[in-house]
Amino acid sequence: MSASTDDTPATSGPSRMDATRLAAILLPVAILLLAVAGWEAAVQLNEIPPYILPAPSQIAATLVKDWPVLFGSLLVTLRITFLALFAAVVGGVLLAILFAQSRWIELSFFPFAVILQVTPIVAIAPLLLIYLEPGTAVLVCAFLVAFFPILSNTALGLASADHNLRDLFDLYGASRFKQLIYLRLPAALPYFLGGLRIGGGLALIGAIVAEIAAGTAGQGSGLAFRIIESGYRLNIPRMFAALFLISVAGILIFLLFTALSHLLLHRWHESARKREA
Amino acid sequence: MMLASLSPTVADREPVVSLIGVGKTFSNGTMALENLNLDVFPGEFLSLLGPSGCGKSTALRLMAGLGRATCGEVSIVRHDPGEHRGDIGFVFQEPTLMPWATVADNVWLPLRLKGVSRAKADPVIRDSLALVGLAAFAGAYPRELSGGMKMRVSIARALATKPSILLMDEPFAALDEITRFKLNDDLLRLKAELGCTVVFVTHSVYESVYMSSRIVVMAARPGRVVSTIEVDVPMPRGESFRATARYAELCREASAALHGAMAPDDHL
Repeated sequence: MSASTDDTPATSGPSRMDATRLAAILLPVAILLLAVAGWEAAVQLNEIPPYILPAPSQIAATLVKDWPVLFGSLLVTLRITFLALFAAVVGGVLLAILFAQSRWIELSFFPFAVILQVTPIVAIAPLLLIYLEPGTAVLVCAFLVAFFPILSNTALGLASADHNLRDLFDLYGASRFKQLIYLRLPAALPYFLGGLRIGGGLALIGAIVAEIAAGTAGQGSGLAFRIIESGYRLNIPRMFAALFLISVAGILIFLLFTALSHLLLHRWHESARKREA
Repeated sequence: MMLASLSPTVADREPVVSLIGVGKTFSNGTMALENLNLDVFPGEFLSLLGPSGCGKSTALRLMAGLGRATCGEVSIVRHDPGEHRGDIGFVFQEPTLMPWATVADNVWLPLRLKGVSRAKADPVIRDSLALVGLAAFAGAYPRELSGGMKMRVSIARALATKPSILLMDEPFAALDEITRFKLNDDLLRLKAELGCTVVFVTHSVYESVYMSSRIVVMAARPGRVVSTIEVDVPMPRGESFRATARYAELCREASAALHGAMAPDDHL
């Protein structure tokens, strides 16, 4: 008996594969550089003042000059994002497991999770700011938006374990706990990771939105606060610099969870499988 | 309606599985089985042959303790009454492997659920994989295997608890003919080596005649036993059995029984 060969990576065209990969990185970078160069040229040639539109070079200079302040704010925003995400993961997964135990529990509580999800966070934030410390309110906002995708994805994953495998576990007299640990949780992992990727991005958005809603009330030192503060002072280059850092943070969070997903799934899940042409 | 008749060779033995007057009605009102009487005797290779919807898979699931009979009695003689269902191995139509676990870990599953550590189970896992010819693939993931190999892993997993009864629900139905014939022979060899009882659900006349010591033909709507055919050809039979006159004769007999059991709108 020989191993099937249809899953081994293609050996015929590695150079073409590399070329495609290289292009996937180089092309967007080239477009970005062109756009930035065009922006720079437009600002320089038209002598646009920095309080209307700063040149990329000036934004970069501001980034370097204000680095201690901006980096401190970046850490604050990231800390809120990850704390909220952590709480959303713990809460979402535990609640999904609870839902999986009983249809009645799910029917009773799921609508409330939906209500929390569909109510815009910008509308809840001012209320939370009245009842809670500004720091806590921002954290709760970020938690609320990240919570739902993790809950609903994990609940879907727990329910999607193969029925024959569930029969097999019954046949061998597996307890509910063993069924959860050995069957339902592994089956839910790809769904959970999908929820985590969405939740990661949303936690950052939630943290920013809540801080903007808090405005100057927040003793605010997050990036959103820096944007508002710079806006009041007409320090437009610093607004752009803070915006740039928020984008970078979002991209890094996305890459982090994409890498985590690949690490955990690439050996077995179809989503990580390379398709042969 | 005919009861499953006992052949003289097995009449004096105690059945290991016994279905008496078993009926099963699903919650949607479909009557899958009605008054099913069926005995499985130790050491036999029993095929349940019938059209789709005749309840042969349902009967098999009842034997495994998956689902409860609506009426009647299902009794299973356990070698170790204290052990919960450990005496039965079940193979589904699909390989039903855990995609996140390696081949070895999939075979470990029944033992793991009984609390046997990976280290302690290792010799058993290796033996089971060797029996199905997959010793070299212990570390592979299911998706890296072909359909036939996945089914072998599934069989190895069912054998890990050294069951005295092996229940198989159309295990080779989704495989190509070459792989199917090969696995047919492998299964017969395994059965001879392990001496277990096999209940094998199939809709293939040829497969049932080639493999079985006894064929129970079932009819649909409601599911019931219509006739029993003794395949009185000793094992090992080998590929040449397929060319004998006796094989052709038994196939005709089983075919006739099957078609007699089918309504005009039934499907195999």
